[in-house]
Amino acid sequence: MNVVTPPEKLTPKDFATDQEVRWCPGCGDYAILKGVQKTLADIGARPENTVFVSGIGCAARFPYYVKTYGFHTIHGRAPAFATGLKLANPDLDIWVVSGDGDALSIGGNHLFHLLRRNVDLQFLLFNNEIYGLTKGQYSPTSRQGTRSPSTPWGSLDNPASATVFAIGAGARFIARGIDSNQKHLPGVLARAHAHKGTSFVEIFQNCKVYNDGVFENFTGRDVASDRQIYVEHGKPLIFGKDGEKGLRLNTQTLSLEAVVIGDNGVSEADILVHDETNKMIATLLADMEPPAMPVALGVLYCAPGQSYDEEVTDLIRSHTPAEKPDFNKLLRAGRTWTVD
Amino acid sequence: MSNTALAEKTSDPSHRETVESAVVRFAGDSGDGMQLTGGQFTLATAFAGNDLSTFPDFPAEIRAPAGTTFGVSSFQINFGSRVIKTAGDAFDMLIAMNPAALKVELHGLKQGGVIIADTGSFGERDLRKAGYDSNPLEDGSLDGYHLVALDISKLTMEAVKDTGLSKQEALRCKNMWTLGFVYWMYGRDRKPTADWLIAKFGKRPDVAAANVAAMDAGHTVAETMELPDGVHGFHVDAADIAPGTYRTVTGAEALAWGLAAGTHLADIKMVFASYPITPASQLLHSLSKMIDHNVVTFQAEDEIAAACAAIGASFGGSLGVTSSSGPGIALKTEAIGLAISTELPLIIVNSQRAGPSTGMPTKTEQSDLYQAVLGRNADSPLCVLAARAPADCFDVAIEAVRIAIKYMTPVFILTDGYIGNAAEPWNIPDINDYAKIPVNFRTDPEGFHPFLRDDDTLARVWAVPGTPGLEHRIGGIERDYDSGNISYDPDNHQKMTDTRFAKIEGIAKDIPAQGIEDGNTSGKLAVVGWGSTYGPISRAVANLRTQGLDVSHIHIRHLWPFPENLGGLLKEFEQVLVPEMNHGQLVNVLRAEYLVPAEGLNKVSGQPFKITEIEDAIRARLES
Ligand SMILES: Cc1ncc(C[n+]2csc(CCOP(=O)(O)OP(=O)(O)O)c2C)c(N)n1
Ligand code: SF4
Ligand SMILES: [Mg+2]
Repeated sequence: MNVVTPPEKLTPKDFATDQEVRWCPGCGDYAILKGVQKTLADIGARPENTVFVSGIGCAARFPYYVKTYGFHTIHGRAPAFATGLKLANPDLDIWVVSGDGDALSIGGNHLFHLLRRNVDLQFLLFNNEIYGLTKGQYSPTSRQGTRSPSTPWGSLDNPASATVFAIGAGARFIARGIDSNQKHLPGVLARAHAHKGTSFVEIFQNCKVYNDGVFENFTGRDVASDRQIYVEHGKPLIFGKDGEKGLRLNTQTLSLEAVVIGDNGVSEADILVHDETNKMIATLLADMEPPAMPVALGVLYCAPGQSYDEEVTDLIRSHTPAEKPDFNKLLRAGRTWTVD
Repeated sequence: MSNTALAEKTSDPSHRETVESAVVRFAGDSGDGMQLTGGQFTLATAFAGNDLSTFPDFPAEIRAPAGTTFGVSSFQINFGSRVIKTAGDAFDMLIAMNPAALKVELHGLKQGGVIIADTGSFGERDLRKAGYDSNPLEDGSLDGYHLVALDISKLTMEAVKDTGLSKQEALRCKNMWTLGFVYWMYGRDRKPTADWLIAKFGKRPDVAAANVAAMDAGHTVAETMELPDGVHGFHVDAADIAPGTYRTVTGAEALAWGLAAGTHLADIKMVFASYPITPASQLLHSLSKMIDHNVVTFQAEDEIAAACAAIGASFGGSLGVTSSSGPGIALKTEAIGLAISTELPLIIVNSQRAGPSTGMPTKTEQSDLYQAVLGRNADSPLCVLAARAPADCFDVAIEAVRIAIKYMTPVFILTDGYIGNAAEPWNIPDINDYAKIPVNFRTDPEGFHPFLRDDDTLARVWAVPGTPGLEHRIGGIERDYDSGNISYDPDNHQKMTDTRFAKIEGIAKDIPAQGIEDGNTSGKLAVVGWGSTYGPISRAVANLRTQGLDVSHIHIRHLWPFPENLGGLLKEFEQVLVPEMNHGQLVNVLRAEYLVPAEGLNKVSGQPFKITEIEDAIRARLES
């Protein structure tokens, strides 16, 4: 048999490879892998047309476990590799998988340029606030005071916010999810896939070995409902166990306030309605941190624009003559002379 | 201007002195348009049927302070009725548009050579800026030369006064006035330059007219004025040149066309990714215009990104090409290792410049041979080619594309700032005379794994995303020989490392045997070169052979792997001399590979070798 016809509808299992998965037991990466495989099945991804590209890190092992095309590049450079791949074949469906160190330390420059160029692909940042693969040094997203082998007395430098960085870089799709929230993650990933341009998704991922529980302050069972807000376009920004809390825009200070509906005369009408096309709202949502504010999850921002690869394709099309140009003519353009 | 007896004056070519070749150097301030002037002189000379070679030499600063010695921009051309191999050693004529140009360039002028100087730019301030205490045009310090001192500034103003240009614009025509003057000196036709000026200043016909008027005026003055004693017009016969259609070509242009020709012959897209750096940017500029020839260019955010994007493109079934100069190549190093380990085609062009670090960006050097052959972590073999002259870049680029695709390997092309900017006439080839470059994308899933190899070449399969049934995952982690899956197995790593070496070594069987450029295949001394030392070595060897010295010239294009016969060939000579514009690199590689007693002749002044420097070194070895 020469032609492999994919079965009508692939299941998540069809996207699993025969390679032994080598993450530590309990690592959040397993859940994300599951979520991605489910998403691929949900969206009807064609394995032959899908490519997973990664840099280096625990997260970056990801491509080995997804039964599509995959390329494990070098530390931090996956965005550049993916951009070249997209230029070679704009029809490919590309996912880049990266860690917080890979994306924001060594690869910060490339991520910035990927986002501003708006290359049509999905960029997944597995943020565990630590360098997993190199055994637990603090990362650019580690909170100040993080104790690690390289910061025995706690880290000194300010952490970066991945999503605020992405907005600043000009990203046109920004979303967030949590590894363990399997109900939510595939939906976010499907939205990322549907968006044309670079879709930036930050996934909070628990590193069981070197940073276990670092997100407990908003993912813990007892606090989750008060410290997480799932945003949805066109819906009021409410959260809390019974949806009793909401976000109100303080027009004096141009900031968001967490309020309780019913308290101090706050009514539902006071709650800000999420508009995912509004960059200001996205910025305010991305900047929220617990405990004072809930962590915003879901699609924070979605404002499609022309992608770089699309523009390149258009440019090529507008310059491609109907007939294949004569190479000899190219060599003879301009000043020539003949010797007999 | 020295007031000596005036020579018989005539424009009749029969009264001109016929010379076999001549070297002219145009020198002026960065703003004086010397590169443009030289370019036009080159074209007129090519049209006159001479063979030629040029050497533009300009400062790194875009607009260095006017009138300073470090702001001097020069253009040298060697042309003749014989085969021209270099831009020439000492020059016969120096055009000095200001005192700084005279100061910087005078040492290169032959004793008794002609100086054409613009007295209008030799005011007290100009002299002081150039570091002169007194005016060299008047103080007798130029007595050993023939001085033609003219107020070119004033003459130009007069020539263009009816065109209505501002004084500043009018003065800018000085270079064309001077060009007109030099055109007369060598009997060159002005028409191509006039046509070019009219086309260039299409939107400003007044400027075009002024430039043409200035050129004509310069020509007329040369024709009618009484030139100082000993200064007269020259005639250079047309060279005996093979029939064909010609153009002048710089190394950067030939390289761009050669790369595009390679992907044209392979019938695949080129993705060229680069980050600007002198002197490599020219290639990016040239290729950016070839969008209609299946060439996509990508100006990346840095050299690392450029290399990675090129590798991504190759994974995607295009040919990834990346280009830089030493400092940028250093940044690409890790990515090149990735292309070696994933065995993808990749072309890396290094337009070498003087280093280390920023070094002297606009000055030439050949000091990145080690970097190309050896400069990576771990055992990471690849293929290295070097271009020897501007037009040679075309064929070298096609050869690089052929090897990269056939062997699924990165290939370095070494060129340098000199080759990139220098121009020579090129007998334009017919692309149909070149062999097609076969590309075999794998489509059959039967028995497929990503590290399947060709029995013969050991190249792995090229399986491109988008192909059903060939989905696979690869990367920089060592892969199993028999499946392509990740493997940390000790024996497998040994086998894979051996295979990577065997694959590159095997290329030696697929390249032409090393030939001799000039001389016998055995004897007292072989001069072995690579890259842009070709011109001076070949002229030096030819000169000394006519004087009866037993010397041969070997010039290596395939620097890694070497042609299979190279070691044996070198052993046929009692002595081996390796001139290089570095501190000794090829010489050591040859010694290490073949245990031959090769000796270096090294020059790192940022300037190409002079023929006499190589002649002296050869003589010292043969006449002692
Ligand atoms: C050029 C280079 N520098 C350093 C490393 C070592 N290194 C590998 S992964 C890594 C950090 C990974 O952290 P992150 O991106 O957060 O991924 P995680 O392991 O946490 O998933 C480092 C420093 C490397 N592989 N390459
Ligand atoms: S070190 Fe942390 S991130 Fe890496 S696999 Fe283990 S648990 Fe996961
Ligand atoms: Mg991490």
